[in-house]
Amino acid sequence: MAQVYFEDVTEGQEIPQVVLPCDSQRLVLWAAGSGDYYQIHYDKDFAQGTGLPDRITHGALKNALLGRMLHEWVGEKGRVRRFACQYRGMDHINKDVTGKGVVTGKKTENGANIVELEVWTEDPDGQKTTPGTAIVELPSKN
Amino acid sequence: MTQTSSLITDEMRAAIGREGDPVVHEVDNTGCRQFARSVGYSDPIFYEEAAAKARGYRAVVAPPGFLGHPRVIPGKAAQRGPESLGFQTNLKRVLNGGTDYEYFDDVCAGDTITATMKISDIAEREGRLGPMLVVSTETTYKNQTGKVVCILRGGFIRY
Repeated sequence: MAQVYFEDVTEGQEIPQVVLPCDSQRLVLWAAGSGDYYQIHYDKDFAQGTGLPDRITHGALKNALLGRMLHEWVGEKGRVRRFACQYRGMDHINKDVTGKGVVTGKKTENGANIVELEVWTEDPDGQKTTPGTAIVELPSKN
Repeated sequence: MTQTSSLITDEMRAAIGREGDPVVHEVDNTGCRQFARSVGYSDPIFYEEAAAKARGYRAVVAPPGFLGHPRVIPGKAAQRGPESLGFQTNLKRVLNGGTDYEYFDDVCAGDTITATMKISDIAEREGRLGPMLVVSTETTYKNQTGKVVCILRGGFIRY
């Protein structure tokens, strides 16, 4: 993907979304990758025993997906400085999780070109289950 | 509204600001790769040392949100929860309220990260499901040179 530059970014601009299908294999991969082996994420009987309809996607995976979306957007010369989210709603197994973001501001601070964003993940019904914010640094054309 | 007895005990107030035991996290190639794969990254800097170096990094890069794995030995798992910082509550259920990762430098394979957590605040709220304790935590991650590479501000809710 082409490098995005600070000068190209405008407030209100949407950044490219990322879609992650969260099937059981994905949740097991994440359990291993993150070290979170809580069974509500991959053991259906266990999940139902806690009153859930089925297994649910890890909150931290949704957070990491927002990190990936930002990393892919800022490109080789950019850096993800900060990303935050709140776990407001559950995402259920075998559903896509979609990461999205909108630029909310930009400024130059101590020589760094800073862009602020609102970021979130959505479930397939468009519910924002994981709202958050982010700060990235972008290269300048100058 | 009548004032009910506070959920926040003196013991909890005393725990605010106290640091827990440092936990050592090792960042290695396999950990970075596995984390990156599980999130669906295709950028080779998270998988191949040559690709990472060609882009100016020291080694394979740890993806955003990955700060290495602690050593977990069955039967000897380190007590890492806030209870280890010195308070107990009768509220049984826990919700992760959110996470906020602030980075100050790159994290790469070969790094040894020391994580130190503290409770930064404890608040009380009346929620839909009854009384809740909102506990805010701050974990500082230092690398082997002593540099703070990341601060994770988190929070969880006991109810």
